Amino acid sequence: MNEEQKLADFEARIERGEIIEPKDWMPERYRRQLIRMMSQHAHSEYVGMLPEGNWITRAPSLRRKMVLLAKVQDEAGHGLYIYSATETLGIDRKELLDQLLNGTAKYSSIFNYPSLSWADMGTIGWFVDGAAIVNQTMLAKSSYGPYARAMIRICKEENFHKKQGYEIITTLANGTAEQKKMAQDAVNRWWWPSLMMFGPTDKESPNSAELMKWKVKIKSNDELRQRFVDLTVPQAKAVNLTLPDPDLKLNEETGHWEFGHINWQEFYNVIKGNGPMNKERLKARNEAFEKGKWVREAALAYAKKHNN
Amino acid sequence: MNDEGRLWEVFTQSKQGAPHEHAGNVHAADAEMALQNARDVYSRRGEAVSIWVVPSDQIFATSPSDEGPFFDPSNNKAYRHPQFYSVPKGVRGI
Repeated sequence: MNEEQKLADFEARIERGEIIEPKDWMPERYRRQLIRMMSQHAHSEYVGMLPEGNWITRAPSLRRKMVLLAKVQDEAGHGLYIYSATETLGIDRKELLDQLLNGTAKYSSIFNYPSLSWADMGTIGWFVDGAAIVNQTMLAKSSYGPYARAMIRICKEENFHKKQGYEIITTLANGTAEQKKMAQDAVNRWWWPSLMMFGPTDKESPNSAELMKWKVKIKSNDELRQRFVDLTVPQAKAVNLTLPDPDLKLNEETGHWEFGHINWQEFYNVIKGNGPMNKERLKARNEAFEKGKWVREAALAYAKKHNN
Repeated sequence: MNDEGRLWEVFTQSKQGAPHEHAGNVHAADAEMALQNARDVYSRRGEAVSIWVVPSDQIFATSPSDEGPFFDPSNNKAYRHPQFYSVPKGVRGI
């Protein structure tokens, strides 16, 4: 079979809704797009531990501390699921990690913002995990089997992340004037970056059309963003917090909440590495990798000794 | 050198009597560490009562291109299914 026939067969399989598995023939471009997208996703989980890790030692109660620890541990697990799934495409974990540590790989722009107060732990769970759930629920139907299966596993675990965040925010919003102010401030800072998490608008997204053609993605960035806004607006109202967008209004006809202009300049700036925390995040990851080196070496030395 | 250790495939059993199913994989230096990593990665919420780990390079699998010819022998043996046989009307419990 020549390449053209193989491609036609592949696209017919996608069209029929078949799931592609690691050893199946796939176009090189499909493989490369998946490696790009999945490794960015894995790196996001991995770097995503940092903004919340920042508050573990300062959690306001033992309950909150246990919850936050469990959540951060989940993020590490989620990173591993996706790294494993990415490796099925024929790329080594070490190579993926090297790309992250030397700064050539991208990860979600949201993690380049600082977590300044305890209320940020609430807002991150509510907004950031909420947005991730919207995205990942869609990806659970992705055409690439290992990616879809990792997403199903992650979605099952992620709901607790969102709920614990919303619980923190609800508690603060019903607390003292100062606590409510803290919650509102966190909402104000995280709202717009959370909307940016879905990526550029459909018109500006260079990869979307191809990813949708091959059913790696089922819904576009704008559709997902709209879903997130529609879900979140009533949740904010329920706890009497305001979303920082004067243009936010319900379109009675469509039933969707229309929102104001997203500052894409800021988005591209953060993507290029100039966000408030880009350098700090990479430094932290590199330090962790270096500090863990002796553990990896010791484990290998121990294994070698016992195998001989 | 790659210091991440060997790759292990992980199989978890969700409850007694259920089959072990493939859950994913982990990197680890040895089997003991692979089991501990598998527990931390694939069973943080009581998803498993038993875990198997197997070095990935020790698993041999059919490849998708074999799919047709390899499984052919079983496709044309309808007589292996009970629906193949006819039973006189009114006879029960066969």
